[in-house]
Amino acid sequence: MSDFIEELTRPMPEDDGVEMSVLSGTGMYFPWLRKEAETAVTGGKKEKDFAQTTNACLGFIQEALLKHQWEQAAEYMHSYLQTLEDSDTSKRQAAPEIIWKLGSEILYYHPKSNVETFSTFADRMKNIGVMNYLKVSLQHALYLLHHGMLEDANRNLSQAETWRYGEKSSSQEILINLIQAYKGLLQYYTWSKKKMELSKLDVDDYAYSTATKNMVEHSWKTSIHFNSLIQIPGVWDPFVKSYVEMLEFYGDHDGAREILTNYAYDEKFPSNPNAHIYLYNFLKREKAPEEKLISVLKILYQIVPSHKLMLEFHRLLRKSEKEEHHKLGLEVLFAVLDFARCNKNITAWKYLGKYLRQTLMGNHLAWVQEEWNSRKNWWPSFHFSYFWAKSDWKEYEALACEKALVAGLLLGKGCRYFRYVSKQGHQGLKKKIKQMKKSVKKYNIVNSVL
Amino acid sequence: MKMTVPKTLAFCYLSLLWQRETITLSDLLRFVEEDHIPYINTFQHFPEEMKLYGRDKGIFTIESWPDYEDIYKKIIEVAIFLDLPRFPDITEDCYLHPNILCMKYLMEVNLPDEMHNFTCQVVKMTGIGEVDFLTFDPIAKKAKTVKYDVQAVAIIVVVLKLLFLLDDNLEWSLSNLAENHNEKNKEDKPWFDFRKWYQVMKKTVDEKNKKWEQARAKYLWKSEKPLYHSSIDKSVVYKRREMVVNLQKQFSTLVDSTPLIEKKGPSSFQFTWTEEDPDRTCFHGHSLQGILKKKGQSLTTKNSLYWLSTQKFCKSYCKHVTTYEESNFSLSYQFILNLFSFLLRIKTSFLHEEVSLIEKRLFKAKYGKTKKKSSRSKKARRY
Repeated sequence: MSDFIEELTRPMPEDDGVEMSVLSGTGMYFPWLRKEAETAVTGGKKEKDFAQTTNACLGFIQEALLKHQWEQAAEYMHSYLQTLEDSDTSKRQAAPEIIWKLGSEILYYHPKSNVETFSTFADRMKNIGVMNYLKVSLQHALYLLHHGMLEDANRNLSQAETWRYGEKSSSQEILINLIQAYKGLLQYYTWSKKKMELSKLDVDDYAYSTATKNMVEHSWKTSIHFNSLIQIPGVWDPFVKSYVEMLEFYGDHDGAREILTNYAYDEKFPSNPNAHIYLYNFLKREKAPEEKLISVLKILYQIVPSHKLMLEFHRLLRKSEKEEHHKLGLEVLFAVLDFARCNKNITAWKYLGKYLRQTLMGNHLAWVQEEWNSRKNWWPSFHFSYFWAKSDWKEYEALACEKALVAGLLLGKGCRYFRYVSKQGHQGLKKKIKQMKKSVKKYNIVNSVL
Repeated sequence: MKMTVPKTLAFCYLSLLWQRETITLSDLLRFVEEDHIPYINTFQHFPEEMKLYGRDKGIFTIESWPDYEDIYKKIIEVAIFLDLPRFPDITEDCYLHPNILCMKYLMEVNLPDEMHNFTCQVVKMTGIGEVDFLTFDPIAKKAKTVKYDVQAVAIIVVVLKLLFLLDDNLEWSLSNLAENHNEKNKEDKPWFDFRKWYQVMKKTVDEKNKKWEQARAKYLWKSEKPLYHSSIDKSVVYKRREMVVNLQKQFSTLVDSTPLIEKKGPSSFQFTWTEEDPDRTCFHGHSLQGILKKKGQSLTTKNSLYWLSTQKFCKSYCKHVTTYEESNFSLSYQFILNLFSFLLRIKTSFLHEEVSLIEKRLFKAKYGKTKKKSSRSKKARRY
């Protein structure tokens, strides 16, 4: 659009004798059209100064927030509040949300503001229009939680829970569920405190039974609150975790298992590695069969190959009897070490060294080659460079040795890492180095490739 | 013709013009913006008995400050509608006469007094100082009034172009000469140094501009007594107002309670310059000697070139000039335009148009043969 305007307003080229500017050889020239075109952008009306100044005000507020100038932001906010009375209906309806977001930021950080001012502000903003009640209540409750005022937060949430306006729309539905879930979380918190107290009490103590009864009550309330939210697809880690803990405590393992399986496997839910981790830990506690554990961790492997549980996964695979699991075990180890996170993890390297030897002893050179093919271009400089050799040796000799074994097996005894470490370790770790050299000589894949 | 608040303001200006008061349209509009004249929420000052509702809301809800071009059109409209006769003459001793207005603006933007001679000459040559040209006559076939302030400022721009060329080159070389001379002769009257002037003005104007923008962003448009359409609206509107007031109270307690700067009374001058202030150099007394040279009995400008702000004028009905496209012009020219546009609170394109019109009059004879923008033959100035 703006190019079009540029075209029209560019000064015309030299013209011999023709002074008329309306029509010329190269193009039409309508200076008055520019004005019309400008107003077309704003929908036929020239922007009023009210809109212009409030926009500028908004810009100043945002700038002040960015620079943490809270007083200045408050000053501009004072003027920005007039957008609540904007004669433009659409702007007027959008104003409360903007004001809430900016205002709550300011009041959160401003040195002169306290919980009381925030609460007054929240209460006022809740009641402007009807769309904002739930959202503001929820955020207000979170603010109170942040300041450790649990009862007030609870009260707030209870009030919000019972709020209804017209037909329940889907966005309202989810907010109400969220509010209930947070309430549930607060209940859980009280329950868990009571649990701790209980563990200090003696079973025969008089208070024990009352405490237990109390706890049951809380847990029942909590489960109601969590139930509806967990049905909706989403990421609800803290809620799920607390709920499962309570269910396990009361022996409802089936319920717990159902929830966790749902949470991890239901396709409607977004992919969430934590879901699988929770499920895995639960199954481990239940002492589920290894096949099951392996299947759970397989999915986690696909989502987060660098997770620290992968080493545990590898152990499970190693123990298994199936050959495909053994192959996968090798894959998993390589995948873990693809990431810089596990660079200095001595267990990972130890496993890899041992397992490589084992695999090569078992005549599965093809597996190793398959894994190594995609990595041989970049692993040498990623893990086995001379720089790493020096720094690893300086920092942690045992790690360097493990790495050296792997390096030797994969790159042959000529590789720099291996040579450096064997040279360095010649005096101190004679025996180990000797063993290493033997393995490398016997099993390295370079010779086999050639 | 229906009366509105902007038209009322136009009407007020007509009366000021009739009485030849020492106030220009841009001053009037600036006073409105600075809240010295009720315009945005005029109904607040009405007596209690007057109830406004329904259609009044549309008339009295003002959400924009008056725009110069808009009010200018309305002035002519109202004058024609009222069938006003020819206004009292604007003669040479009137405030609104370009000679006097030029002096005022020269002082305000801190330019040397000596430039006044040049502005008077340009006024004479273009014939815009004539009584018939200046006086507003609604009955005349092409009823027009002169935009006194814009024109005076445009003349100053033209004079600056004559003296300094403003091609991003000559003005700086002339400044170098002035600087050298001033270094060597500290006791004499200093030569006017364009560069120094630019630095002082830029700093001052930028500061003023920033404050102006901030004040505008904080401007409160809504008044205590809200306007409503009907009795059904009334309660909603009043409730809303109450809520806003409460929220505002809450935030005002968080604001730094530094004492508010005393609101200044209305003044014609936005900038003042005095000799005594060492931080803000006053250029009024500086001499233009550095840019003039002797030619026979008289002095003439060293600069002998000129460029026109516009190449062609639209010959059709609308009489438009080429629209101002910033990137086509030198930075010095842009700075000068921005400076004066800010002073008068008008659009730069508006001022640019006026400059073009002045130049058209000035170079009337040569204009028809114009092809190139670059060099023009010089015009001898009789000092």
